[in-house]
This record gives sequence, C-alpha cells and structure tokens, in this order.
Amino acid sequence: MDIYIFGQQLVNGLVLGSTYGLIAVGYTMVYGIIGMINFAHGEIYMISAYLTAIFLALLAGFGLHSVPVVLLLVLLCTLFLTALYGWSVERIAYRPLRHSNRLAPLISAIGISLILQNYIRISQGARNQGVPPVLEGVWRIPAQAVEQQFVQITYQQSLIVITALASMALLTWVIHHTALGRACRATQQDRVMANLLGVDTDRIISVVFVMGAAMAAVAGMLVTLNYGSFDFYIGFLMGIKAFTAAVLGGIGSLPGAMLGGVVLGLAESFFAGFVNSDYKDVFAFSLLILFLIFRPSGFLGVPEVEKV
Amino acid sequence: MNESLPITAVADDPLLAVKEISAGYGAIEALHGLSLQVNRGEIVALIGANGAGKSSLLMTICANPPARRGEIRYLGQEITRLATHQIARLGIAHVPEGRRVFAGMTVEENLAMGLMALANQPVLSAAEQPGVVEDLERVYHLFPRLRERARQRAGTLSGGEQQMLAIGRALMSRPRLLLLDEPSLGLAPQIMGRIFATLRAIVEEGTTIFLVEQNANQALQLADRAYVLVNGCITLSGPGQELLTSPEIRKAYLGGH
Ligand SMILES: Nc1ncnc2c1ncn2[C@@H]1O[C@H](COP(=O)(O)OP(=O)(O)O)[C@@H](O)[C@H]1O
Ligand SMILES: [Mg+2]
Repeated sequence: MDIYIFGQQLVNGLVLGSTYGLIAVGYTMVYGIIGMINFAHGEIYMISAYLTAIFLALLAGFGLHSVPVVLLLVLLCTLFLTALYGWSVERIAYRPLRHSNRLAPLISAIGISLILQNYIRISQGARNQGVPPVLEGVWRIPAQAVEQQFVQITYQQSLIVITALASMALLTWVIHHTALGRACRATQQDRVMANLLGVDTDRIISVVFVMGAAMAAVAGMLVTLNYGSFDFYIGFLMGIKAFTAAVLGGIGSLPGAMLGGVVLGLAESFFAGFVNSDYKDVFAFSLLILFLIFRPSGFLGVPEVEKV
Repeated sequence: MNESLPITAVADDPLLAVKEISAGYGAIEALHGLSLQVNRGEIVALIGANGAGKSSLLMTICANPPARRGEIRYLGQEITRLATHQIARLGIAHVPEGRRVFAGMTVEENLAMGLMALANQPVLSAAEQPGVVEDLERVYHLFPRLRERARQRAGTLSGGEQQMLAIGRALMSRPRLLLLDEPSLGLAPQIMGRIFATLRAIVEEGTTIFLVEQNANQALQLADRAYVLVNGCITLSGPGQELLTSPEIRKAYLGGH
C-alpha cells in the first residue's frame, strides 16, 4: 500500500466526513425530537450554497477583500438566512401536520423538497454556478524528499475541518450545558412532560430546525468555497449521504451523527482511493442498506423505541 | 412571570374551580360535565377506580387534552383556553402518573427542569432567577435521598426515589397548586408513608395540593376534603374523615365492612 495515497485519502476522508457530519446533525436532531426524517434538509444545504455565492458577490461588489472579514460576514449572513429557511420549512410543511398520521409529514417533506429545488432552478437557473476561490494555499507534507510524493492539505480543507469541529463543539456545549439545551433534551425524551413543566415545546421544535439548518449552512458555505461549483440538485446526493451518516452513527444521537459522518467520509475516500472511485456512491449506499438491515441503531443509537 | 395574573380574586375565592367540564380523546369522552373546587391551603383528594378518569381530569386542568365544554378558573381567572406551558407558568405544577422523570438526565438536571416554568424567557435565564439555591436546599431538605443522588441519572433511581424527584421537580417551580397523580403507585407502604408525611409539610409551606389516588384509605386520612369519581362523574364529596367512615366508600374502595 502506498503511504502517500493512504495519507491523502485520509485527509480527503476527514474533510468529506466533516461536512457529512455537519449535515447529519440536522437529520439526527429533528428525528430525535419529532421522530421524523426531514427529507427537505438536503435542499436547505443546497440553498446555503446559493446564499454563499450571493453574499460573496455582494461583498466583492462593496469592494471588501480582506479574507477573514469576507469569510466571517458570508458565514453570518448565510447562517442567518439558511436558518430562516429551516424555520419556515417546519412552520409551513410540518407543524400543521403535527397530529396527523406518520405518512403525512413524510409526503409533505418530499413536497417541500421538490418545491425548494424548483424554486431555485427557476429563480437561479438550471446551469452550474461557480464562485471564485477565496482562500488559496496549500500545505505539503513530504514523508521523504522524493519528487511528487507528498500529502497535500489545502488551507480551504483545513478551514473545513477546523470550522466543523468548532461548530460541533459549540452545538454540543449548547445542548449539554445551557437551559435551552436542557429544554431540547427534555422535549426529546418526553414532550408531554416538558410541556407540563412550562416548556413551549413548539418553540423548542422550531429551535431544533434552526440549529440543524445553521449546521447545514456552515457545511454549504465550506463546501462551496472548496469546490467552487454547485447547482440546484446538489442537495439530493449530499442529503442522502448525510442521512446515511446519521444512520451509521445511530439516528437520534448527536455524537453519533458526527462519528457517522467521519466514518462514512473515510470509508468512501479509501474506497475511492484503493478500489474504484466510480463506485464510491454505490459503496456508501450499500453501507446504508447493510446498516438498516443488520444494525438499524447504528454505532451509538439505542435500539428503536416506538415513538408515540 | 410571563402571564402574570391580576390578583383581583378575593381571599375566599377558590384557588381552582372546575365547572361542568367535559373532555376526552377522539370519540371517547372521559369526563362528563364534572365540577369541583380546591381552596387555598387545602389538601383535596380525588379517589376513584382505575379508568374512572382521574388522570384525565388532572391532564385536562393542564389543557392536554383541553376541555371540550365547561370552564376552569384559577385565581379567579379563566384558564380553559390557555396552552399547557402557559398554565404551568401560572404556578400549577403537575406530578403525572408514572412520574415521568427524564431518565437520561441527572437528578440535578431534572430538578432544574422545574425552573422552566419560572423565568420570563424560560429557556434562557431560569438559572439566574433569585432564590433558586434556597429552593434547591428546600427540596433536598424534604428529600435528603435526592441530594445523595444529585449527579446520578434519574433512570437509575428506585421507584420511590423517582417519585420524590418528580415531586421535587414540581416544587422547584414554586407552585401555588400541586397536582399529584397516584404518588403511591407501586411503592412499598413504608416509602409511601414517608411521601405522604412530606405532603403535609409542603402544604404547611403554602402550597395547595390536589391529590388523585386509588389508595383511598391513605388519601382520605390525609385530605381535608375529598371527591369520589365514578366513570367521569363526581358521585360524592365531603370532608376526608367523613368519607372515610361512610359505608358506601368503605364498601367500594376500602375493601371494608
Ligand atoms: N391517551 C388516551 N387516549 C385514549 N383514551 C384514553 C387516554 N387516556 C385515558 N383514556 C381513557 O379515558 C378513560 C379514563 O382514563 P384515566 O383518566 O386514565 O383514568 P384513571 O386515571 O382514573 O385510571 C379510560 O376509559 C381510558 O381508557
Ligand atoms: Mg390514572
């Protein structure tokens, strides 16, 4: 085995896995609190890519060129508007169906997902969009001083891993050490009891959609800056991948989503590097199917308890 | 407090007045136009067989499910149309059937959940409310076992300890009215005795108690007044001691002679 290919695929896998993890968090938190897969979550990610491009162009139009300032402003604006989309999806597509049977919100999720896709396709055009590189530069790690043999990590890739880690640490802290987080956990464990204790559980459900969308926005911005191109359809594949990550980690479990993201990213990356890169998506979805059949509770999830 | 009530109620107004309410689930009606009242400083018991509608009544007071007909007044103001969390924030604390402690949280975190009903912004600043430390001390004083287990997950507690935790959690919200749904269920008589003794202490500190029980003997001994619920209707009411000696009650609920 070539140590350089191994090292490079390790880096690529971690980068990919960080973005999967960020998006998987949204699936897992929403599932935890209302027992439903939010199939529109991939579209929220896709919208954040467009918002990133729009805000990049706006800031460039204002003549702003300081890289840290641009990145921070784009992040804040994208985060805010994406969170607003996440909030609206819950209010429009799910809350009115809160007390209906389990199938209705699922159909509504697919509906809102199609609406968002086509809204972007029509308003922004179906062609591929791009953004100029913002953060350029690369670290090379040679193990021996042989020509052409090194592992490379771009600044952009480092930014993805660091930002993902920081966002997840922040989210974990909020969930475990603030009153808001406690209200979220209580609502997840027993919504009726939380409500009897004075928690406005509808508001907590909104908060969870907002947090999930915000994490997806971080991922959307980072991936857009990294790849430079996107279209209205990217939410579909990314959504299913992140959903796979959430299942691998154990749907409903926050650390599970992060772990599942990294594991899926690494697995996919090594498969692409050492087996066949054309079949990496097939490989990822085979993992999903295998887990759904043989270990539906994932790495860290508790065995399915029927939600009431 | 978020929905502070204008306290215009005169002193002898009942704390809670339930007037001809009906409620149920889908096609099932569990309560059929029943009325009762709870005065300040009382322990009022509601006894009835399994399935009579005791839990439904307590849940309906908390608007889950809301009453279909009739009205519920608390401190002289109608609360029938308020949402469950708003009612909790008015000072009505509910210790539901089965305790419903948050098994995955520590004892301390469960007690902190009681603060959610207190703050203006209950999800942001409850812990900064003045007096919380004293409240916690008071709960630990009532139930010393909870202090020993403060950092343990609630799911690892015994049934009796979970019941203490559920009551302690309710007390953290400084309730004017405490609704208790079968606190003796599944507990050894000795532990049950300890919890009932604590209820007296709670009332003396200024909280009114509305207690639902199948265990009629204990409940009637403790209560100032009591109601008997049969199939969603109140059939009897009176002072606790009087019901305790009533032949009908002895026959139906006390297995007696
Ligand atoms: N969540 C529910 N859905 C449907 N029916 C219910 C529900 N809860 C209680 N009931 C019905 O309402 C009636 C009263 O039940 P309940 O209030 O639990 O009685 P109790 O607490 O006195 O044992 C019963 O017939 C019961 O089957
Ligand atoms: Mg009951």
